[in-house]
Amino acid sequence: MKLKYFSAPYLVWMVVFIVVPLLMIAYFAFTTDNGDFTIKYISDVGQYANIFVRSIWLSLIATAVCLVIAYPVAFILSRMEKHKQGTMLMIVMLPMWMNFLLRTYAWMTLLGNNGIINHLLGLLGFEPVKLINTSGAVVLGMVYNYLPFMILPLYSVMEKIDHSLFEASSDLGCSSVSTLFRVVIPLSMPGITSGITMVFVPAISTFIISRMLGGGSNLLIGDLIEMQFLGNAYNPHLGAAISLVLMVIILVIMTVMNQFDPDEQVLM
Amino acid sequence: MKKLSLIFTVVMMLSMISCSSEPVETDTEDEEVSVQTLTVSDPEYYSKFKDKGISINVYNWGEYISTGADEGTLDVNSEFEKLTGIKVNYTNYATNEELYAKLKGGGASYDVIIPSDYMISKMIKEKIIQPLDMDNIPNFKYIMENFRNQAYDPTNDYSVPYTWGTVGIIYDKTMIDIPAEEIDWDLLWNEDYADQILMFDNPRDAFAIAEIMSGYSLNTEDPEELEHAARKLTQQKKIVQGYVMDEVFDKMGAGDALIAPYYAGDALTILDENEDLDFVVPSSGTNLFIDAMCIPTSARQKEAAEMYINFMCEPDIAFANIDYICYSTPHQVAFDMLDEEVRENHVSYPDSQFIADKTSVFVNLSDEANLKMQNLWTEMKSAEDETTNKWLVPIFLILCILFMIFVLIRRHIKAKKDIF
Repeated sequence: MKLKYFSAPYLVWMVVFIVVPLLMIAYFAFTTDNGDFTIKYISDVGQYANIFVRSIWLSLIATAVCLVIAYPVAFILSRMEKHKQGTMLMIVMLPMWMNFLLRTYAWMTLLGNNGIINHLLGLLGFEPVKLINTSGAVVLGMVYNYLPFMILPLYSVMEKIDHSLFEASSDLGCSSVSTLFRVVIPLSMPGITSGITMVFVPAISTFIISRMLGGGSNLLIGDLIEMQFLGNAYNPHLGAAISLVLMVIILVIMTVMNQFDPDEQVLM
Repeated sequence: MKKLSLIFTVVMMLSMISCSSEPVETDTEDEEVSVQTLTVSDPEYYSKFKDKGISINVYNWGEYISTGADEGTLDVNSEFEKLTGIKVNYTNYATNEELYAKLKGGGASYDVIIPSDYMISKMIKEKIIQPLDMDNIPNFKYIMENFRNQAYDPTNDYSVPYTWGTVGIIYDKTMIDIPAEEIDWDLLWNEDYADQILMFDNPRDAFAIAEIMSGYSLNTEDPEELEHAARKLTQQKKIVQGYVMDEVFDKMGAGDALIAPYYAGDALTILDENEDLDFVVPSSGTNLFIDAMCIPTSARQKEAAEMYINFMCEPDIAFANIDYICYSTPHQVAFDMLDEEVRENHVSYPDSQFIADKTSVFVNLSDEANLKMQNLWTEMKSAEDETTNKWLVPIFLILCILFMIFVLIRRHIKAKKDIF
C-alpha cells in the first residue's frame, strides 16, 4: 500500500500541468472578457467548419500514408537479425535527433520552385512542377515528420510475434496472404491503433508545417488557434473554444479507433 | 556489414545536417566601422542609480539593437550598464501581437518596450503603457519635428520614436522589364507573373496595399471599404505563390519568387544577398511605420527606464543602432552622422515631400473593424479555389458513416461469437 505514496508527485504534476490548464481552456471558452457565461464563442467556431474539415482530411491522409509506409518497414525490421535491428532502428530515429523546424525548413528548399527537386527535373529536361505551397506538400511534411511515431509502436508489437506462429499457420494450410490477414494484422492491432493515435493527434493540430510548406494559404486548425493567441486576431476566448472543439473531435475519433483494439473490452 | 551500415548512418547524418543548415547561413560582410569612444551629454544624470543594484527588463524586436557582434560596433546594453550601473535584462519578441499578449497576460514585468505605431495607440487606449516624464528624457530634443506628435500618440506623452521605415516592393529586375518609376502596387496583381508573387501573411499590411490601390485611408473602418479590399485580395489569391513574413528573406534571396512587398529596412538586407533584386517604394503611396520606445504601466523601475530611453537617444548610441539595423532613424544628429550615400538613398530616406503627401501611419482600429478585418482575412485565406471543395464535406461524412456501420457490424458479430 505504501507504493501509493510514491505516486503523489506525479498526481500533483498531473493536476497542475494537465487538469488545471484543461479546466482553464474550458473556462475561457465559455466566458466573456468580464467573466460572464456565454456560448457565443463555441457557436462562432462553426464558421471555420471548412478549416476543420481540411485539417481532419489532410491528417487522415497523412496517417493513412504513414500506416501504408510504416507497416512493411516495421515488419521487415522485426524479422531481421537482432544485431541489425538496432542499427536500422537508429536510422529510423536519426532524423528525430534534429530540430523539427530545421527538417521542415530543409523541405522548403527541396520543394521550392528553384529547389533541388525542380532543378534535377530541369536537368532531365522536364518542366518544373509546382511542389511547394500545395496541400500535397503539407501532407508530405506531416508524413515525413511523424513517420517514426508510426514505425516504432508497430515494430515493438511485431517484434514480440513468435516466428513459429507463421510456421504453424502455413502448416495448417494458410497462404502468405491469409497469414498476413489472419495472423499478423490481428496480432499487431494494438500497434496499429497506438501508431495511428500518435500520428493523427499531432498531425491534426500542427501549424508550422502548413505555414512553411503550405504557403499560408492552406490554413489548418493549428494556424487558426495560433492566430487567436499570437496573431492579429488576439481573442483567447475564441482560441480556447476552437481548442475545445478540436479536443472533442479527437476524442470522438479516438473512441471509434479503440473499437478495433481487441484488448479493449467493448463497453456496451 | 555492420561497419557499412555505420558509415551509411554517418553519411546520412552529415548530409542532413548540411542540407538543413544551408538556407540559414547568411554571410553578411562586416563593414569596417571605427571604434568610437562614447561621449554622453550629461554624465552626472546617468550616475544617479550607480551602485544601487537596480536592474531593468528591456523587451525589443529581434536584431533591433547594436550588439557589438560585428567588430568595431558598440554593444549598447553593456555600455549602458557600464555607464549607469543598472543591469539590463534584454529579451526579444517577433510580433507586436506577441508583445501585446505577453503584457496583457501579465506574469512578466517589462520596463522598456518598443512597439509599432498602431500597437502604441491600442496600448494607450487600454492603459497598458504610461505617460513618460519628458524632464528625464532631455535627449528627446534630437527627434526630428516631423516624427513627433504622430496620430498614434498625438501629444507625444507616451512614446519616443526609435526607428521608422516604409513598405515597398522587392522585385527581380532581370525578369521584370518595367522601369522602376512605373512600378506600382498593381504589379502584385499582374497575371503575367502568376505564382511568382509573395504576399504579406498578416491582415493589416495586406489590407493596406489593397486600400492604397482603391484610394481608401489605411485606417478605414468602413465595412464596405474593408469588404472591397478583401475582394481585391481574394482576386489576387490565385496568382499568389505564398503568404509569408520572414520567409521572404530565403524565398527572394534564393530566387524562388520574383515579387514581394516588404519593409524597407529588411529589403535592403535581402538586396545584399541577391544582386538581381531591386526595391521600389511605389509613388502612389505607402504605409509609413514607426517603432517607438514606451514604458508599460506595470514597469517597476520607471525612472531607470526613462534613463535607458534617454541613453538610446544619445547621438552616438542612436547612430550605432541605426548603423547596425539598417532601418531609418528619426534622430536628427544620428541622421547627420550617416554616410552621404545612405542619407541620399531614397529607399531608406524618401524625400520629405513624399512622406508628407503619400504616406500614412497606422493607428489602431476599433474592435469591430479589427474583428471585421480578421474575419475577412480568414475567409479569404481559407476559401478554396480547388474544385474538390464541394465534395470534401459529403465524402468525409459518408466515410464517417460507413466507418460507424462497419464498427457496429463488427461489434454485433463479436457479440454473437461470444455466445457460443
